[in-house]
Parts: sequence; C-alpha cells; structure tokens
Amino acid sequence: MAKNEKSKQRYIAPRTRAPEQNPEERSKNFQEVSLGYTPAMAQLEASRCVQCKKPKCVIGCPVRVAIPDFLEQVAKGDFLEAARIVKESNALPAVTGRVCPQEDQCEKHCVIGIKGEPLAIGKLERFVADYEHLHQEVNTIETAPPTGKKIAIIGAGPAGLAAASDLAKLGHEVVIFEALHKPGGVLFYGIPEFRLPKEILEAELDYLKRLGIEIKVNYVIGKIKTLDDLMGEDGFNAIFIGTGAGLPYFLDIPGENLNGVYSANEFLTRINLMHAWEFPVFDTPIHHHKIFAVIGGGNTALDAARTALRLPTTEKVMLIYRRSREELPARLEEVEHAEAEGIEFHYLESPTEIKGANGWVSKIVCQKMELGEPDGSGRKHPRPVENSAFSIKTDAVIIALGSGVNPLIAKSASDLKTDSHGHIELADPNINLTSRPGVFAGGDIVTGAATVISAMGAGKKAAEGIHQYIMSR
Amino acid sequence: MFKILKKTQLAPQVFYYLLHAPDIAKKALPGQFVIIRLDETGERIPITISDFDPIDGTLTFYVQAVGKTSLEMSLMHAGDFILDVVGPLGNSSQIDLFGTVALVGGGFGIAAIHPIARALTQAGNKTISILGARTEELVILEKEMRTASTDVHVVTDDGSHGAIGLVTDILQILIDKKEPINRVIAIGPLIMMKAVADLTRPHKIPTFLSMNPIMIDGTGMCGACRVTVNGEMKFACVDGPEFDGHAVDFEGLLNRLKTYIPEETEAKEKYLKDTAGKCRIAEVSQIYG
Ligand SMILES: Cc1cc2nc3c(=O)[nH]c(=O)nc-3n(C[C@H](O)[C@H](O)[C@H](O)COP(=O)(O)OP(=O)(O)OC[C@H]3O[C@@H](n4cnc5c(N)ncnc54)[C@H](O)[C@@H]3O)c2cc1C
Ligand SMILES: Cc1cc2nc3c(=O)[nH]c(=O)nc-3n(C[C@H](O)[C@H](O)[C@H](O)COP(=O)(O)OP(=O)(O)OC[C@H]3O[C@@H](n4cnc5c(N)ncnc54)[C@H](O)[C@@H]3O)c2cc1C
Ligand code: SF4
Ligand code: SF4
Ligand code: FES
Repeated sequence: MAKNEKSKQRYIAPRTRAPEQNPEERSKNFQEVSLGYTPAMAQLEASRCVQCKKPKCVIGCPVRVAIPDFLEQVAKGDFLEAARIVKESNALPAVTGRVCPQEDQCEKHCVIGIKGEPLAIGKLERFVADYEHLHQEVNTIETAPPTGKKIAIIGAGPAGLAAASDLAKLGHEVVIFEALHKPGGVLFYGIPEFRLPKEILEAELDYLKRLGIEIKVNYVIGKIKTLDDLMGEDGFNAIFIGTGAGLPYFLDIPGENLNGVYSANEFLTRINLMHAWEFPVFDTPIHHHKIFAVIGGGNTALDAARTALRLPTTEKVMLIYRRSREELPARLEEVEHAEAEGIEFHYLESPTEIKGANGWVSKIVCQKMELGEPDGSGRKHPRPVENSAFSIKTDAVIIALGSGVNPLIAKSASDLKTDSHGHIELADPNINLTSRPGVFAGGDIVTGAATVISAMGAGKKAAEGIHQYIMSR
Repeated sequence: MFKILKKTQLAPQVFYYLLHAPDIAKKALPGQFVIIRLDETGERIPITISDFDPIDGTLTFYVQAVGKTSLEMSLMHAGDFILDVVGPLGNSSQIDLFGTVALVGGGFGIAAIHPIARALTQAGNKTISILGARTEELVILEKEMRTASTDVHVVTDDGSHGAIGLVTDILQILIDKKEPINRVIAIGPLIMMKAVADLTRPHKIPTFLSMNPIMIDGTGMCGACRVTVNGEMKFACVDGPEFDGHAVDFEGLLNRLKTYIPEETEAKEKYLKDTAGKCRIAEVSQIYG
C-alpha cells in the first residue's frame, strides 16, 4: 500500500483511451461508437488504481460495485473473477459500463482524479462484462434454495430487472410482466444501437433467464391483470412496480399535429424497437426526411439527433436548446460525440410555433433566449428576448422534452397513492414500499426520469425490502 | 404465440378470425382493441376485439385486407400462429341505460359496433343499428346484429341490399320521425363518422366515435396516436379510442393518417411481388380481383 501511495505521488499515468469509430464513418452507420478496451489496455488502465482502503469511488456508485476489488483482478488479468465481483452488485454491467454518467458518479469521486484523470471505471466495467460474454466462460451463478415464494415484477426496465435478479438469487420464484414485445424498457426502445448494441442487452437478459426468471412480454398490467388479480388468484406474495416514465411531453405550441412531428419516444421506438431503418425488410416505416430539428438537450434529445443523422436520406440535424452548452443535461461524452459527428447545436433558442405546408412540417419559428438567475433546478433560468422571432427551415421536428409517468397501473388501483405528477408515493422509502401492503415500487415511476443505475439501485433496495417482507410472514 | 383457431373470408377483403388468447379474453370489454405483430419483422397494428369468450379463451376479429400486414394476415390459416397479441387496450365503451341508442356501423366497422350493441341491448336500451356498406357483399354480421339489437336498418351505396344511400340518410329519417335518440355511437371510415357527427351536432345528440389513428405501443408511450379533442391533445390508445364526436378535430386526424402512404404502398407492392408465383397467388388475386 505504502509503495503504491509513493508511486502515485511520483507519477500519475494518463488515462488509457479506448478506441472509437471515426466520426466520418460512424455518422453513417448504427454500429457502436466506442470500441472498448483490449485486454492489454484494460490491464494497463486498471493498474492505475491505488487500491484505496476507504474507496471513495464506491460511494459514488448507486449500487456500490466493489470497484477496487474488481480492478485488482483486471490488473492481474483474471477478467472472469472481475466480472463475478461486479455482478455481485450489478446485474447489467455491460449496460451500465456504457451508459452510466460515470463522470458524475464513481469516477467523480476517484482520488486519482484530484491530481490527474480518474480511473476509467465505466470502460473497465464494460470490458469485463464483454469479456465474459465473448469468451462464453460464463460464471456459474449461486442461488439460494427455493423459498416457495412468488414475486411479480411489473416492467422489464433496469429497475425491474435489477429487482428480479436479486430476488431470484435469494431463491424466490420471479415472473416479470412487460407491456412491450421485448424486455429492457428504455434500454431497448430508447437508447440506440450505436451506444448500446441490442446484442449486448440480449446477452445480459440471458443472464437473468439463467437465474430462472420468467419474462412474460405483451402483458400490460392494469389492463390484462390488476394488482388484485396478481395478489389474488395468481398467488403472488409481493409485487414490484418499475413501469418507468414513458409518457412523452409535447410543447403545447401550434403545429404539433403536423406530419413530421414526432415525440422522441415515437422516433426512437420506430427505429430501435421496430427497426424502421431496415424498412422494408421490417414492416414499420420511418419517413425519409432531409432536415431534422430536435428540441431539447438531454440524453434523449442527443440520442434522437444522432439517430436521425444516421438515416440514409438525412442532410442536416439541428439541436435546439433554450439554455447554453454548460447547462446541457446530457452527458459530456455524448455531447462531444454529437459535435464531432456534425450535429448543429443551436443554443439559447426556443420554438414557439411549427409551420406547415400541405399538412407537413416546413419550418419552425423560434425566439432567442437569454439566461437569468439560477432557478429551482440550480441552472440559469432562460427568458425570451423581445422581438427576436425568426424561423428555421426543416422538414421534421423531434420533441425531446422528457416524459411523465405512465398512469395505467395507478388508474386501475385506487389504493395506490401517487403525487400530483402521478409518481407512485413510497410509504417507506427505506424499503421502497408503497401505500399498499406487499406492493413495492422504484425507478422512474417513483422519481421521475432519472438514470439507469439509479433505477437499478431502487430495484435492489426494493428487492431487499420485499425479501424482508415476505420472509417475515 | 397465439393460435388462429378459425379463419374465413366474409367479403372480398374482409376476414374473420377466432384466436386463442385466454388471458385477454378474460378481461376484454366492448370497445377495446388489441395490438398484434405477426412475426419478428412485423409491424404492430391495432385491431378491435369484436367478440370475446372468457370460457373458451377466444377472441374474434374482423380484418380488412388493405395493406401489407392485413394482406399477410389474410393469407394465414387456422392452425397458424400470431407472434404477439397485446391487450385488451383502450377504454371500454360506456354501457349504461341511456334509453334509445343509435349504433352506426360502416363497412368492417360493423364488427366493432357489434359487441357494443349487444351490451347496450342487454343493459335495457332500445338499440337501433344502422349498417352501411358500398354494396351487398360488404354488409357483414347482419344476422348477429339482428340478434344483438332491437332494430336494424341496412343501407348500401348502390342499393343492392336494404335501402339505397348512406347511413346518415337513415339517421336523418329517424331524427325527422322524432325518434327520441339519446346517444349515437358510430364506427367506420373517418369520413362516415364525420358525417354522422355533423348530422347530430345541431340536434345536440351525444355522439361517440371510435378513432383510428396510427399506433405503435398502445400504452401511451409514443404519442403517435394523438388526436385533438376540444383543442386538447389526447392519446387515442389510453384516452380513447372513443371520443366525443362533436369535439374531435377530423382534419388533423385525416392528415396524420396520410403520413405513411408512400411507404405503405411500397411495402404492399413488394409483398404482392414477393408472394406472386407461389401457390398463394390465387388467393391474392381473389382479394384484389
Ligand atoms: C432516449 C433515452 C436515453 C437515455 N440515456 C441514458 C443514459 O445514457 N444513461 C442513463 O443512466 N440514463 C439514461 N436514460 C434514462 C434511463 O433510461 C431511465 O432513467 C431508466 O431506464 C429508468 O428505468 P425504469 O426501470 O424505471 O423504467 P423504464 O426503462 O422506462 O422501463 C419501464 C418498463 O415498464 C414497462 N411498462 C410500463 N407500463 C407497464 C405496464 N402497465 N405493465 C407492464 N409493463 C409496463 C415499459 O414498457 C418498460 O419496458 C435515458 C432515457 C432515454 C429515454
Ligand atoms: C383502435 C383501432 C382499431 C382498429 N380495428 C380494426 C379492425 O378491427 N379491423 C381492421 O381491419 N382494421 C382495424 N383498424 C385499422 C388497422 O389497424 C389498419 O388497417 C392496419 O394497421 C393496416 O395495416 P396494413 O399494413 O395492412 O396496411 P397499411 O398499408 O400499413 O395501412 C393502411 C392504412 O391503415 C392505417 N394504419 C397503418 N398502420 C397503422 C397502425 N399501426 N395503426 C393504425 N392504423 C394504421 C393507415 O391509415 C393506413 O393508411 C383499427 C385501428 C385502430 C386505431
Ligand atoms: S454501475 Fe455505474 S456508477 Fe457504478 S461503478 Fe459501474 S459505471 Fe460506475
Ligand atoms: S478511488 Fe480510484 S484509486 Fe481509489 S479505489 Fe477507487 S478507483 Fe481505485
Ligand atoms: S400508440 Fe403510442 S401513445 Fe398511443
């Protein structure tokens, strides 16, 4: 240890860069942008870790991955052992290694980051998960003996999947009910192939199936079954609700019903879930637009913009955001990728009307904005500049303003308390218990749109709560 | 996987299906729909649940072969499987004692109106059903509608069956005769539904129409199915599909339904070409002949 500390003072090696597809090429294909580490790169990067006694990085991780332990194994070259350690606390490392906002979480707290660049924890997590899949030397999974208890999980997004995997490991029988025809939630229909290849997601889902979890797709709970049915005739001992924030917001400005206006959810679902970019091999179409204007500045807006750029007939993609670059809520890595690929960023502009010709979008009218004092969210509040209206020619508009929660379940269960926005309220936040006995909830349905790993963290916490609850009866 | 138990052709482009889907059949109510996807490369299309039998675990659909997916479905047979069926979706039709209810079904819309007519009759209403179609062979489910309703009027564009004219002509006659209609429900082509709403508006008869925008998920997630009702944006899959006919923006919906016409035509033509030469060509030409 002491030796390590000394070497740290002497010289802090720079971060090992992972190769990427070059921007010219990648902006025309749907293959993954970041190519990931080779084993040698991974070992080199992991060896920069000084194995802190009280690792700060772990505190930054919502699911508390044993970071120094897995990095030690990577440095030694025992990648499978590293994968096993990660999976003790994280059921989807190939996913989180790719999509976590690491710069705000684990990596933000890494001590190496004080003087130099923090460890590339996310890239290393991705590496070990990919290594495990690639070498098909899958670790055997230890599960507790069957308890005879049955748990229903509603929604196969990160929250539901994390809860399911922990509960299955504890020996419970777990059934996931998913509304769409594919499990994964936003990981499937929202986050595009070039950031999270579907193949990787499928491999992670395979792991859950090997844990004995049954996934029933095409089940919209609240419609085909109510919470009462699940706990009554179906005999489930407890329920976890992880139905996410899937209700798209629109702008409420004139022209939103024109053809060529999409919610980001519709646009991304057509492409990711329904493969519209492979029409007519797949039956779902997407119109051949030339110019796109994407409204918003979060991960969803960037994903929509970069997806639009990759469609074969696209000539230009603009991203229209009402604040400035500093306030962009999207991850910096994504912003840099998008800039390199040629997305046109329009800052301090806000749309007021969409105009059309023959029923189709023809331009978007915007006004200039300026930044005032910080608002409730801590970011500077934008306000319109008077008489600054101007219009931009475009033939498609994608609205990516975030989303509210899906009300289907709350509508069908009057005893489930929700707040004024429809989020499910927790009666006991320590175990994610709702107002209804035996029913737990977590992820975006409770917090509003957040992150993959925080949804997984909530799923894990609920799994613990559910375990205590059913084992004490 | 969902097994097709029976399939028959009712009219040149209209097909009947009986599907095994026990969990959905248990919960279905009049006015609801399912979304189906035939296979891995298929699109998701909404289809009304025309009948349901919770004991046998079956659903009945009537599908009009208009484009790639519905054509492909028209070539499927009893014993074949549909990959995905999700439902029951949407809100059920309001079933109450209203007094006299006029039910207007246009073309294959008759299939959608059938379970609503039956439930309203059972609830004690006087139900007057008006069945309209272009020509005699397109008047489907007449016998079933006669059992399900108090009174039935049939009308065809060419007069080949029943009266000659449009469904609105019959509705106008009923209104003129001072038939005390408390509620109208109309399902069929958008143009027909609009005409019904225009007719009942001055008489202030509450009128409900089943809207058919393009849908993807059917759970309120994508917003593709938005329709404007009373100036407000609604999602037909979760807020509908039935809406107040006097408040719906028909022009907006008509326009949105045109979004994918070039792509739909491309898909259909490619499909017809790909299936040509196979033994099924006879059936295809029968449909389009
Ligand atoms: C385009 C996009 C990009 C994003 N990028 C990132 C990123 O890079 N990094 C990051 O950390 N976060 C990102 N996020 C946010 C992140 O994806 C979400 O916070 C996370 O997925 C929430 O997980 P969840 O399990 O709560 O819900 P979801 O992922 O929304 O999953 C909910 C699931 O429940 C299903 N469901 C809903 N209602 C029912 C019902 N009644 N019955 C049955 N099933 C139902 C849905 O179909 C869905 O599959 C992104 C979000 C979007 C939209
Ligand atoms: C709530 C609802 C209930 C319906 N019930 C029935 C029914 O019982 N029987 C029946 O035959 N049809 C029904 N439809 C219409 C049916 O969904 C479309 O005819 C079908 O999607 C056509 O697909 P296609 O590939 O064969 O034709 P396409 O060539 O794709 O389309 C033909 C026309 O169908 C419409 N359409 C296309 N895709 C969709 C979609 N995903 N969602 C909605 N409309 C679409 C468009 O207006 C298009 O112009 C219903 C629609 C809705 C919204
Ligand atoms: S799960 Fe996310 S936050 Fe936790 S260690 Fe992995 S990348 Fe970091
Ligand atoms: S804080 Fe950084 S150096 Fe310390 S254990 Fe974590 S990753 Fe290693
Ligand atoms: S079909 Fe997607 S919101 Fe209605």
